[in-house]
Amino acid sequence: MSQPIELDLSKDPIYDHCFSQDRRSVAITRANDVDIYDLTDVSGRPRLLVTLKHHDKPITALDISVDGKIVTCSQDRNALVWVPQPDGSTPKPTLVLLRINRAATCVKWSPNGKKFAVGSSARVISVCYFEGENDWWISKHIKRPLKSTILSLDWHPNNVLLACGSTDSHVRVFSAYIKGIDSKPATTVWGERLPFQTLCLDYNLGSWVHDIKFDPTAEFIGAVTHDASLNLIYPGPGEQEVAQVIKVKTSFLPFRSLIFATSSRIVVAGHDCYSIVFEGDAQHGWKNTYSIDDPKKKTRSDIENQSALNMFRQLDLKGSSDSTSASLLTVHQNTINVLRPFQQSTAGITKFSTCGNDGKVVVFDV
Amino acid sequence: MSQSLKPYLTAVRHTLNAALCLENFSSQIVERHNYPEIENKKTKEILLNPMIISRNEKERVLIEPSINSVRVSIKIKQSDEIEGILVDKFTRFLTKRAETFFILRRVPIEGYDISFLITNVHNEDMLKNKLVDFIIEFMEDVDKEISEMKLFLNARARFVAETYLSTFD
Repeated sequence: MSQPIELDLSKDPIYDHCFSQDRRSVAITRANDVDIYDLTDVSGRPRLLVTLKHHDKPITALDISVDGKIVTCSQDRNALVWVPQPDGSTPKPTLVLLRINRAATCVKWSPNGKKFAVGSSARVISVCYFEGENDWWISKHIKRPLKSTILSLDWHPNNVLLACGSTDSHVRVFSAYIKGIDSKPATTVWGERLPFQTLCLDYNLGSWVHDIKFDPTAEFIGAVTHDASLNLIYPGPGEQEVAQVIKVKTSFLPFRSLIFATSSRIVVAGHDCYSIVFEGDAQHGWKNTYSIDDPKKKTRSDIENQSALNMFRQLDLKGSSDSTSASLLTVHQNTINVLRPFQQSTAGITKFSTCGNDGKVVVFDV
Repeated sequence: MSQSLKPYLTAVRHTLNAALCLENFSSQIVERHNYPEIENKKTKEILLNPMIISRNEKERVLIEPSINSVRVSIKIKQSDEIEGILVDKFTRFLTKRAETFFILRRVPIEGYDISFLITNVHNEDMLKNKLVDFIIEFMEDVDKEISEMKLFLNARARFVAETYLSTFD
């Protein structure tokens, strides 16, 4: 296993990050702005390409579509679509008519990049699409039966179904079919007729749902909740029927994010500052198999503990010779916020990237 | 460290570790506001169950977690009136300097002597394990400090009384 690639980009927490499709640059949120870093610089260090300034409250999420458009959403109730310019200058922002009156919390492009969904504290999901006639992005709202802030969203590969997790501890799957934009979807396990705002699944997990994802085959969904458990929900044949729910309880701190490496392998990470891998399937259940960047397998270097210089430095700084270092043994020094796939092979995801409150973006091997 | 202090502090440490899993959360009620939800308590679904960890009837800790903030209130041991006065003076000294003491709450919760309010911003700026260490260390030291002050006060009172009464010899 190769060493993780560590990018120390900011002093502020990074709430979300996204690599460009060619993996040559990375966009990160930094308070009210988005910074885009070039990773192909000759010096080997990330070079700041451009800062996108427009929001006046912290940016909560961002995403890059297949054709390179960046969407950002912020606590100032707005979302912006940044279209890259052919001459490479600063991308041009377009305001999206979200029609929400509370903070926007999460945003995701649909796989084909024609529309995106924004979750908000206003208890609605805005499904946004481009209207060529007026040259702007407009939205349609999914309102019922959402009761609380939306924390996470994920699109089904057919560009129509949308999964969401919220603080009212429910996971829901909706249809976000928009006439004129989408073609009629084929029948899936989630339902047959799918007009806009059809509720396909609703299940109470009993705790805030921090992240939700469809598995690569889109047959079931995985969700991580604040009770530090991983939940797998398999839909049944009936309308809104749940065939099976597997809840894997752990003694870790709560997880913030998950990704499917393959249909039978999930990587999760969160407040423990390192990633944990679960493997399994519907018949045999899911199990925690190993950890990536596990602090239990590492030891502090002895030089740091024994050197006299270090002892006197500690005495000078803190008035005691206590040499227990402040830093954690993991690569990330604070909560990991988001996991994203970085490199894929035919067998599934081989590398993934993480960003955390410590201002780092790190690429790990699965 | 006495026999019962260690398990007490260990319990507080583990509870704080689990409670300090915070995230940035904007208000669902007020537009464009982002405040510690535990102070307002209007959005029920994002508050967690408060916990009281008690060493004896005089010493306890109240931990109230929510999605973006945790309130930690400490009741310091007061076995007699002198200790009561000393604790009051001591906590007042600290709370007056609350601005430079980031996580300190200016007014303690009713029934407690001192309260800390830790929000997601503190958790992002500072290291979580150090925050927990700080609170544990504070709980350890405050007892020591109060009993030291009490001894010092008694010694001084005795000395003053002796000097005063010696004039009547």
